[in-house]
Amino acid sequence: MVRLYLDANATEPLRPAARAAVLAALDAVGNASAVHADGRTARRLLEAARSALAQRFGAAPGEIIFTSGGTEANALAIQALGAGRRLLIGATEHPAVLAAAPGATPLPVGTAGQVDLEALAALLADGPPALVCLMAANNESGVLHPLAAAAALCTAAGARLHVDAVQAGRLNPPLIGDSMALSGHKLGGPMGAGALLLRPGTVLPPLIAGGGQERGRRGGTEALPAIAGMAAALPELGEAARLAALRDRIEAGIAALAPEAWIAGQGAPRLPNTSLIVLPGAAAETQVIALDLAGIATSAGAACSSGKVTRSHVLAAMGAGEAAGCGLRVSLPWNAPEDAPERFLEAWAMMRGRLSRRAA
Amino acid sequence: MRVLVAMSGGVDSSVVAALLHAEGHEVIGATLQLYDHGAATARKGACCAGQDIHDARDVADRLGIAHYVLDREQRFRSAVIEDFAASYAAGETPIPCIRCNQTVKFHDLVELARDLGVEALATGHYARRLAGPAGPELHRAADAERDQSYFLCATTPAQLAFARFPLGDYPDKAAVRAVAERLGLAVAAKPDSQDICFVPTGRYHETVAALRPETALPGEIVHLDGRVLGTHRGLGRYTVGQGRGLGEASRDGETPLYVARLEAGTRRIVVGPRAALPQSTIPVREMNWLIPPPTAPLACTVKLRARETPQPAVVSWDAATGRLAVVPAAPAIAAPGQACALYEGTRLLGGGFIARGD
Repeated sequence: MVRLYLDANATEPLRPAARAAVLAALDAVGNASAVHADGRTARRLLEAARSALAQRFGAAPGEIIFTSGGTEANALAIQALGAGRRLLIGATEHPAVLAAAPGATPLPVGTAGQVDLEALAALLADGPPALVCLMAANNESGVLHPLAAAAALCTAAGARLHVDAVQAGRLNPPLIGDSMALSGHKLGGPMGAGALLLRPGTVLPPLIAGGGQERGRRGGTEALPAIAGMAAALPELGEAARLAALRDRIEAGIAALAPEAWIAGQGAPRLPNTSLIVLPGAAAETQVIALDLAGIATSAGAACSSGKVTRSHVLAAMGAGEAAGCGLRVSLPWNAPEDAPERFLEAWAMMRGRLSRRAA
Repeated sequence: MRVLVAMSGGVDSSVVAALLHAEGHEVIGATLQLYDHGAATARKGACCAGQDIHDARDVADRLGIAHYVLDREQRFRSAVIEDFAASYAAGETPIPCIRCNQTVKFHDLVELARDLGVEALATGHYARRLAGPAGPELHRAADAERDQSYFLCATTPAQLAFARFPLGDYPDKAAVRAVAERLGLAVAAKPDSQDICFVPTGRYHETVAALRPETALPGEIVHLDGRVLGTHRGLGRYTVGQGRGLGEASRDGETPLYVARLEAGTRRIVVGPRAALPQSTIPVREMNWLIPPPTAPLACTVKLRARETPQPAVVSWDAATGRLAVVPAAPAIAAPGQACALYEGTRLLGGGFIARGD
């Protein structure tokens, strides 16, 4: 059985260019902080990666802090930029953000999954200076928040804005707000590297001071191979359009097969590769297992480290009610085969047939 | 065939998975996450702890089989833990392992198995499923010491048809451990689970009191003849037949006293001498039959608690009230809330829960 990998939002397959960059960096012997020629070689690779990210996301190279991944980048931003401020956090944010902001006020989203801008404006007007955290793209539904409008509201109210762009990184979003978090393995690089991009002039005390790396903002020797791999994991031209076409074929197929099923956030702008298919009455856990046994890797929102599947807080925030436990996330990787929609739909139809037989 | 194995992370269910895999079946492992293990950290000897999920996954990895962790915390809380507390609050002595088998394990896993196109559900229970003239029969395990058929007495005929108990024919636990060792399973020497899994401290009354505070309220200890002998510290600490924890009411002169009855309404504990405790007729509710329900009084053997050998009795089924009247050959002490399992030889005929006499 040839397996079909449709869980790119958990991690993208490694891109060949990223793999080559990782291997080259693994053979660079020096520590980027060392004085000698070998250290300078490593430093050169590190700064080349920084420049590549800067160019890609429209940030100043000096305002890019390499971290261990998206979770650390988010935690660093929230800890540093949220100190002494009210925290306003989108209701559908990733646990990496929610857990870093205990006691935060949730920002409601509409049924399409986008942040309620009127509610944001009202909350901003009502209280001391805030740090607002919004994700550029949702990991479960792929829905994109109206970030430009949200950023304008924040600026007007004197609030800071942190953007979790871990999933949206593939779209090369320009730096917006005060800070933006990225993750290497969601781009097609290896796991173990992420970055926090800062608006110039943003002062940021470190979470880990260590040896003063990253201009004193993140201690610890930089993970050069992972960082080089992240910087080399650039999406190919036209990739988004190809994936969107595959995604649309999946969604058209679902609509034809199952009138009771629906796609979360379908009316909103979304990532091109993501489809959150809700099949009312079918436990997400059962769906993921059934498809895995059929050779297809999908996901039910966020799985915790034990592997247990929990009810989707994203679907719940979008008003899905009971169906919040019935969402299946399909996320196409950069190298998804052309026949992915047909193979997926065949297995999905068989799964649905079995489930509805019992329900009948 | 494609078979789902309920893997607890213990040696028994690990061996079941390994045996079925070795026989060439497509084995799918499932481990139930039943409650938050945060509080009950890494305590050896209690089942379903976080370490057990880890162990189950390790075994599955070693065998190279698919393995899933199923979140059943809410379901377990409502179907088992709350029922456990409610039973104490009603003056009974619950048996949560049977409720768990009845709901979370057999009902839900059989349903999941059907959803996944699986043909059978295998567990590490010590019981035998034998082919009979009228379909599968459930029998006591070959190892009488380990036999768990009592805990399976709420298994329905449909569930039994789907179930497999590969350990039922093993002569003893040592033989199962030897298989685990031969197959190189890291859990081969793991200790058996002892406690009720969600009460790792063993202090049931604390768990019960957290959910049903009324079970920790004091009340009177009254003799069967009406004399008030003392005060108790909450119904949740007592069960029928118990002699400990009665304080000044533990003796009537030279005669030791035992709990004869728990009265939830008045919160009274009624005590009496040992000889006054046995009942000649024991009512049983929520009967599950693995045979066609008998229309006439049936002579069989009955087991009224986990640790006893079945005793001769005559049982009469009243289909109209859904009650079974059990008349043991010798009057017996029966604690409401415990299970009553019926046998004919080694065969389990059915079972239910002991009701209060009123």
